[in-house]
Amino acid sequence: MKTLDSRQDDQIVDEIHAAFAGGEIDGTGPLRTRLSDRADEEGLLDVAYRTVDSPFGPLLVAATPRGVVRIAFDSEGHSSVLGRLAAQVSPRVLLAPRRLEVIARQLAAYFAGRLRAFDVPVDLQLAQGFRRTVLDHLRDIPYGATESYAAVAAAAGRPSAVRAAGGACSNNPIPLVVPCHRVVRSDGTIGQYRGGSKAKEILLALERA
Amino acid sequence: MTRPFEEIVAEHGLVVMRVLRSVLGFDDADDAWSETFIAAMRAYPDLRQGSNIRGWLVTIAHHKAIDQIRKTNRSPRPRDGLPDVAIDDDLAEHGHAGLRAALARLPPKQRGAVTYRYLGDLSYAEVAALLGSSEEAARRSAADGIANLRKWHRLEGIGERR
Repeated sequence: MKTLDSRQDDQIVDEIHAAFAGGEIDGTGPLRTRLSDRADEEGLLDVAYRTVDSPFGPLLVAATPRGVVRIAFDSEGHSSVLGRLAAQVSPRVLLAPRRLEVIARQLAAYFAGRLRAFDVPVDLQLAQGFRRTVLDHLRDIPYGATESYAAVAAAAGRPSAVRAAGGACSNNPIPLVVPCHRVVRSDGTIGQYRGGSKAKEILLALERA
Repeated sequence: MTRPFEEIVAEHGLVVMRVLRSVLGFDDADDAWSETFIAAMRAYPDLRQGSNIRGWLVTIAHHKAIDQIRKTNRSPRPRDGLPDVAIDDDLAEHGHAGLRAALARLPPKQRGAVTYRYLGDLSYAEVAALLGSSEEAARRSAADGIANLRKWHRLEGIGERR
């Protein structure tokens, strides 16, 4: 009798669940859009993020109220990147595509060869000290141009710190917008890249066209 | 390490929605759902590591729902159980209207216990805390509520698939 009862209880519990289900709570539905809009209004959107298509897979784009704080390649694992943002910036991390509409449109135009310079505020809080100085310099390398790691080290004020300059590039939190792909080796080979050397090749070819 | 708030929404959004629909009906649940997650997001950085996130969220949802009912009814906060609510949603639109109506007809304590135990997946201790009763009373209310719903269930002959 007891077993029959509990089986029927399970059945009725399933029915109750079904009775109040429906209307997906997915990231792009109206409910979620309203949540991220409200979070933005209330000043709670410490880290907004979305994904953007690229020739080398989906990119994760994240921004603080100050500007774009992180762009991550597919190969970096988006969920572990979000976990690190929660730890390093703020746990108030929310999918909020609308907040990143401008950078998403600029990235699409860039990949289509229709945009040569990004015009969005950036937040470089994830890079400190010499690395930060290097990244500030990288933003001055124009579209289609390249510079050697040695030249970058010199421009950042430490000509002998070529390896450190390389480290700054490979740890660039905002690739593409901060164009570390324009830094190549003195011998002409393209060198390493956070998104893989294939992605770097694609970007250099795109900018040469 | 603190998880991104997005993961909390993705993992518990549906549970919170089911609870709110049971307490408020479908039409008012959407607003309360956003309000619940906004309040949760505000407090999230201060939440202690290892806290029971679902219990925390359902508690916030409970208070948001009560606030919303008070706003519309101007009735005082109930001492125990859940206040009455009109379940007047469109039958064709949502289905299962009979079961929802039956749940709405349960005495407040039973309705609260069934909602928080079975839709909110809370422990009896948490249910008791929300409803202001003892754990034993919460357990009894949930069992009585399910028994009543099952009686209805059998009468209506819905879901008979043994």
